[in-house]
Amino acid sequence: MPHFRQNRLCLREYFNMFNEEENRDTFDIQISVSDPEKVGDGMNAYMVYKVLTKTSLSIFSRDEVCVKRRFSDFLGLHSKLASKYMHMGYIVPPAPEKSIVGMTKVKVGKEDLSSVEFVEKRRSALERYLLRTVKHPALLKDPDVLQFLESSELPRAVSTQALSGAGILRMVNKAADAVNKMTIKMNESDAWFEEKQQQFENLDVQLRKLHASVESLVCHRKELSVNTASFAKSAAMLGNSEDHTALSRALSQLAEVEEKIDQLHQDQACADFYLISELLGDYVRLITAVKGVFDQRMKTWAKCQDAQVMLQRKREAEAKLQHANKPDKLQQAKDEIREWEGKVQQGERDFEQISKNIRREVGRFEKDRVKDFRVVIIKYLESLVHTQQQMIKYWEAFLPEAKAIA
Amino acid sequence: FFKLSGPAFSSQLKVCRDKPFFLSMNVDLQTDATLQVDISDALSERDKVKFTVHTKSTLPNFKQNEFSVVRQHEEFIWLHDSFVENEEYAGYIIPPAPPRPDFDASREKLQKLGEGEGSMTKEEFTKMKQELEAEYLAIFKKTVAMHEVFLCRVAAHPVLRKDLNFHVFLEYNQDLSVRGKNKKEKLEDFFKNVVKSADGVLVAGVKDVDDFFEHEKTFLLEYHNRVKDSSAKSDRMIRSHKSAADDINRIASTLYTLGTQDSTDLCKFFLKVSELFEKTRKIEARVAADEDLKLADLLKYYLRESQAAKDLLYRRGRALVDYENANKALDKARAKNKDVLQAETTQQVCCQKFEKISESAKQELIDFKTRRVAAFRKNLVELAELELKHAKGNLQLLQSCLGVLKGDT
Repeated sequence: MPHFRQNRLCLREYFNMFNEEENRDTFDIQISVSDPEKVGDGMNAYMVYKVLTKTSLSIFSRDEVCVKRRFSDFLGLHSKLASKYMHMGYIVPPAPEKSIVGMTKVKVGKEDLSSVEFVEKRRSALERYLLRTVKHPALLKDPDVLQFLESSELPRAVSTQALSGAGILRMVNKAADAVNKMTIKMNESDAWFEEKQQQFENLDVQLRKLHASVESLVCHRKELSVNTASFAKSAAMLGNSEDHTALSRALSQLAEVEEKIDQLHQDQACADFYLISELLGDYVRLITAVKGVFDQRMKTWAKCQDAQVMLQRKREAEAKLQHANKPDKLQQAKDEIREWEGKVQQGERDFEQISKNIRREVGRFEKDRVKDFRVVIIKYLESLVHTQQQMIKYWEAFLPEAKAIA
Repeated sequence: FFKLSGPAFSSQLKVCRDKPFFLSMNVDLQTDATLQVDISDALSERDKVKFTVHTKSTLPNFKQNEFSVVRQHEEFIWLHDSFVENEEYAGYIIPPAPPRPDFDASREKLQKLGEGEGSMTKEEFTKMKQELEAEYLAIFKKTVAMHEVFLCRVAAHPVLRKDLNFHVFLEYNQDLSVRGKNKKEKLEDFFKNVVKSADGVLVAGVKDVDDFFEHEKTFLLEYHNRVKDSSAKSDRMIRSHKSAADDINRIASTLYTLGTQDSTDLCKFFLKVSELFEKTRKIEARVAADEDLKLADLLKYYLRESQAAKDLLYRRGRALVDYENANKALDKARAKNKDVLQAETTQQVCCQKFEKISESAKQELIDFKTRRVAAFRKNLVELAELELKHAKGNLQLLQSCLGVLKGDT
């Protein structure tokens, strides 16, 4: 479809970016999500996407694999990865968002433009999600990721239904976490973390603002395209009724120019959207994941503190038992002390590890962010250049027609 | 509230004289030394605009060779209506009245901005305020230009320029006391228009013996409707364009903030792109403004002119009906041999009236076509030239910025 030309171009550029990766000898993996297909009817219907992986990496069993996956499979993958890696401080790329409204239209069978656009938007988002996931060195090797990409049958992910019981439970847990966070006042001994958190907070605010402005631009450009097309038709009619021959012809030519310009506006709106707006949307979600990782560190610290408090209590209890004559209980107390000493040590190790991981992850994240924005913005400016070049072409062709009116 | 007047404004108005609106609309109106009219100054107050009408003339009718008076919109309407109601001018296309000055939309925006002052940064507020003030000024300049075109068309017309009311309008330095029609008069006007359109349908139904007028009738009816449609659609198109330019403005501001906050190499990147969008946004706003001037205003003007031409055809049609009725009455009178002389006189008068209108109407409609073709040519050429200029400007900015950004990697 002509609309989505720009989108494809962008992703090829994205691939090239991956292939320039310096940290690995051969980062050679290409993933595409394509061919959305509707399966079933009515409210039980769902879309199935083809996931094609081309790679020369040895961890894969074949160098070209093609599987069929549905949206909930992607959500299931993310859910597993998040539960495995987030608490270690790894930034796990978030999956695309669910949309009950969007999906319902598709299920109900509306073949109109908005549901086609919705499916394309989702397909593109799923592709970017997978690309970001495999870009992460640890996630690439994860067995769940490999299974997702290679295995022809995948157990149905059950806990991802929009309003399921599990979903509600997760929401409740999130809220509880938030409350807990407020009662912990962490002594930040490392200024780096405080600084970074503040930076991400600021970045979040500005990116959301920028995203909203770009969405508004997309909307107005689409509107401009529609209104230009409408004007073009009207100008053609005016040309038809004009009884001066040369002027009539010039007005028809004007109508043609405006029609071409309307198509330009449409294409530009598409570029606005698929290049910039979606990138910003992705980063707003990514930053939520980054903030989540900082929260995990605080949780780890809290756990460590709790363990120390427990240890202290156990020591106090043991001290008390020293003067009572209960050898069994004393032994138990001593055992418990050892247990909690171990937990404290583990807690401290965990905290150090997660802090180290986060530093590394943030470094990697920022590097990717710089690259992503650079590549996409340059691509976007190039699309603007193309639009202006076309404009010049069209008006240069029209000018002699206007001058020819005698 | 918001005063735009005096030497500061006049100098602004003079600056834009290089491509004055009225010359775009009336290409073959040469400035005639015997009578030159322009609006040299204007003052915008809360609910009215005061135009300073300046006249230079060598005609003996005026007391001085150069003089000025202050007029308001209603006085222009009074003058226009006096032409329309004058039977002597039935055979001419009466230059369309200028539209009422309308700052409501602009005022509303300025008010909303004032209310939202707390929710934006000082820079944003100042920027938006400047934008809205510029918009207000643009609307103001346009209304001045429209009023000026009207006077210039009258001054250029060989018959209308001699009109007594016109001279009073130009010279009498007191208030003409034609302040707004009262309710009764407005209602009368409304009914007059309703009857006219019903009549118009009737008259238009009768096929004209004269091919020229038959063609003109068919042409004007369709043309007027098409111009109306194009005018409305061009307005909508230009509004979307302005909205898109506003979005780019906000994007530029946010990119600037990002640039100042970012801890990575992206800070320089964002600042450069922000700078670029600031500049391209100004160009986009200019494109919308030029489209408004060269396309939307052109269509609006010819909407009003084609209506005036239709009105002329209607008046001729009415005169034809009267003539035909007088003929029938004369035949009847001759048959009954009663009041024949009176019927003959009436018939003579109607005949003369009809022939006089037809003769001048033919020339007026030919002139209308000439003017229309010339105005469209001029404006379409200028539109294309401006679009090219702006696109090239945009392109140059984009390419230069891309060069810098790519070089940085």
